[in-house]
Amino acid sequence: MLFLRLFLEFFKTGLFAIGGGMATIPFLYEMSDKTGWFTHADLANMIAVSESTPGPIGVNMATYVGYITGMNAGGTALAFLGALTATIGLITPSVIVIMLVAAVLKKFSENHYVNSAFYGLRPASTALIAAAGITVVITNLLPINDIIEKGVLAVNWQGLILAAALWVLMNKVKFTKKLHPIVFIGISAVVGIIFSMN
Amino acid sequence: MKLLFDMFITFAKVGVMTFGGGYAMLPILQREVVEKKGWATEEELMDYFAIGQCTPGVIAVNTATFIGQKKKGVIGGIFTTLGVVFPSLIIISLLAGVIEAFSHIEIVQNALAGVRVCVCVLILNAVVKLFKKAVVDKWTTGIFIVVAIGALFLPVSPVIFVILAALTGIVLKSLGGKRE
Repeated sequence: MLFLRLFLEFFKTGLFAIGGGMATIPFLYEMSDKTGWFTHADLANMIAVSESTPGPIGVNMATYVGYITGMNAGGTALAFLGALTATIGLITPSVIVIMLVAAVLKKFSENHYVNSAFYGLRPASTALIAAAGITVVITNLLPINDIIEKGVLAVNWQGLILAAALWVLMNKVKFTKKLHPIVFIGISAVVGIIFSMN
Repeated sequence: MKLLFDMFITFAKVGVMTFGGGYAMLPILQREVVEKKGWATEEELMDYFAIGQCTPGVIAVNTATFIGQKKKGVIGGIFTTLGVVFPSLIIISLLAGVIEAFSHIEIVQNALAGVRVCVCVLILNAVVKLFKKAVVDKWTTGIFIVVAIGALFLPVSPVIFVILAALTGIVLKSLGGKRE
């Protein structure tokens, strides 16, 4: 039953996440809230691992979520089954949709309604990822509930400084701008260890 | 059968070499599928990639399905798709097992805390990049603001926003169509 639900949740993600791997993130947050299969902190770790390993990010995240869900349900034996179920769930809608679209290939990309739908879909998809991003920031850097209770001390100042430094390195410094995300993830891990960030 | 196996292996190779998002895959597909195997032309690949971006799901998977089905029908599409996800299944399962086994150690927790900060910045960068392409006028700005606020404060599934945004796009373009 769990595996059927896992399949269906990822089928839904595959069907409605539009515009690449990052677009799956809002759906994974919803899944976490709804099912409790994994936590928000788990999810942030999954995003980092998915960015720093081979394979498309969306597929990597599905595999990771499936693995953790299976493992929580029944140890390592079920973990791989979970990974397989989630991944197959994610790709099934793609396969079906592409098979249908392939039949009308030219007409599809030139269709007025398809293009109009995407005019609305693109900003919505971006907004969903932005909202998920804000949730990630609140969880890790600005824990609002703690700040209301304990004041500015609850702000993760070390984290904010690291985030600002990373942003500058990724966007403004000529020599580091082109580096692969894995480099920044590695640097962040080392900084986390040195300053005992947890 | 031999061709199907070859398709699986070739796309597994593409999967291993795709580091990051679907866009990282394009030069690799050009080399492996167009130049080495001749399974699609350069133009076909660009078409598939463009359509892969405006169909649901992961772009890399969509493109793989397209090339497979063009070459060998439905069964071909299934083999290339399984090929492209195969490395992720193996690598992530191994890594997830290792990370879970060591996650209670303090040094690993500290490293992961640092990594989560980096994830915030990576998502921010992705949003900025997508924003520039998606938010092009006052209507798309409006859709962005409404969906962002709705997603933050309403307990509504992203599915609802996606469906409403597609309909809004069609309505806006139909109303404004005559002027353009």
